[in-house]
Amino acid sequence: MINKKIVLKFPPSLVDQPIICKLVKDFDLEFNILKAYVTPDEEGLLVIELKGKDKNYNEGIEYLKSKGIIIQTLKQRIMKNDEKCVHCGVCISVCPTKALLMDIDTMKVEFIEDDCIACEHCILACPVGAMEATF
Amino acid sequence: MGKTIQEINEKIKSGKAVVVTAEEMIEIVRKKGESRAVKEVDVVTTGTFGPMCSSGAYFNIGPRKPTIKIGGGKCYLNDVPAYAGYAALDVLIGATALPEDDPKNKYYPGRFRYGGGHVIEDLVAGKDVHLKVEAYGTDCYPGKELDEFINIKNLRNAILYNPRNSYQNYNVAVNLSDKVIYTYLGVLRPRMGNANYSSAGQLSPLLNDPFYKTIGIGTRIFLGGGVGYISWYGTQHNPDVERTERGVPKRPAGTIAVIGDLKQMSPEYLKGASITGYGASLYVGMGIPIPILDEEMAFYTSVSDVDIYAPVVDYSRAYPQGTGEIIKEVTYKELRSGEIKICGKGIPTGSLASYYMARKIANELKKWIEEGKFLLTEPVERLPGWEKEVKIIR
Ligand code: SF4
Ligand code: SF4
Repeated sequence: MINKKIVLKFPPSLVDQPIICKLVKDFDLEFNILKAYVTPDEEGLLVIELKGKDKNYNEGIEYLKSKGIIIQTLKQRIMKNDEKCVHCGVCISVCPTKALLMDIDTMKVEFIEDDCIACEHCILACPVGAMEATF
Repeated sequence: MGKTIQEINEKIKSGKAVVVTAEEMIEIVRKKGESRAVKEVDVVTTGTFGPMCSSGAYFNIGPRKPTIKIGGGKCYLNDVPAYAGYAALDVLIGATALPEDDPKNKYYPGRFRYGGGHVIEDLVAGKDVHLKVEAYGTDCYPGKELDEFINIKNLRNAILYNPRNSYQNYNVAVNLSDKVIYTYLGVLRPRMGNANYSSAGQLSPLLNDPFYKTIGIGTRIFLGGGVGYISWYGTQHNPDVERTERGVPKRPAGTIAVIGDLKQMSPEYLKGASITGYGASLYVGMGIPIPILDEEMAFYTSVSDVDIYAPVVDYSRAYPQGTGEIIKEVTYKELRSGEIKICGKGIPTGSLASYYMARKIANELKKWIEEGKFLLTEPVERLPGWEKEVKIIR
């Protein structure tokens, strides 16, 4: 039995196809959608918990890959180093899930880890290296 | 009745000056009007904190035995090349300088993790910095190399000097192309996936004195956590752009050159920046006090984000090709709301300049003045553009 949290990145052409239904029907997998987004580039992002027999799980993953979906396991943690952060907010505009937010009273940038899907866009965007990925 | 700078300075010395930040001034003028505001407020403080590529530091490393002439030779600080075209012991390092072995954009997008801006931050933070010098040797300066660690506290002089700083307004960058681009205004997602800007808007120094009526050459300022001065108008200074009825420039306009003692400054207000795909830079914190001499100055300093417009420019084509095309004008209020609308599409915004730090600087400068530690100055010379006749429209 495998039970994993994974991030699926869909190219725009696949966004409206019933791919997840197929996972359930053809591979007998259980799933739980944790988050779903369409990014500004019209790429789909889905964070799901996927559960099932090892063989079915692996076949299901292969099926997703064959469709051109990029799969990442959610083992990575993103952290914001508040010692380094200068609260500019340039990370906010690249974050697809609004896990980075400006507090309009303090004008400080807050990181909501629960909303983060570890896409790492903010890591490239941050000028002072305050967004860090850990494994 | 107007006030003079001398009168305001007397009040500062006796601890009686009323100082507010540019943010606080908005409400004061809105509630009480300009004439009461002049009576009640003596100084408005401004602030800005953004990556300023046109930053540098020069210093004198002090005498060495045997004597050595760096001028005309080569000089590196933590492997970042410094300019060695001055006298024997003077060197200059620019914020965008990169180590010779940095891959730059060869592995696109480059990360530019350590450059001149980081060297300046490390120096200010009191860290030891590796100095490597190759000199050619003369009869009076026989030394040919140095390979040692230097520390700011042992440098004879260390001065921050920025030929251009504190842009009076700036573009908002978007990307109309189909692929991600990496610019000095940050990572831009394709098809207008985001919009980035870099200004403290209503807190920004030159936007609160749009015609440079009080800010000029010689003005004493907050620079990098220490005291600095405006040494000249900045490169690219261009007061003749289109303005709103309030006189606020709608395009990048005025700039200033600034100078100050690096030894007094703090790494909190000078931070090395790595702009992916673009290069290294330096975040510089700066604040300028504005004396409220008359109603005109009260009016100018009450400018708020709704009154300030910035042009949205496509950085995939219009900017690099220099076409001058502008997609739209948006206000800083819209920009700061987190989303602007272009053709009905909501576009998330991000700022490279930190409003939080700008506010912190304005408050810090306010404190210095309230404590009588910082006096205001009369400009020694004016910035081009100050002579404009201004009609105030409220
Ligand atoms: S990695 Fe960064 S950009 Fe991506 S979701 Fe998390 S916070 Fe947002
Ligand atoms: S980009 Fe970096 S420095 Fe700026 S707010 Fe985000 S984490 Fe902080």
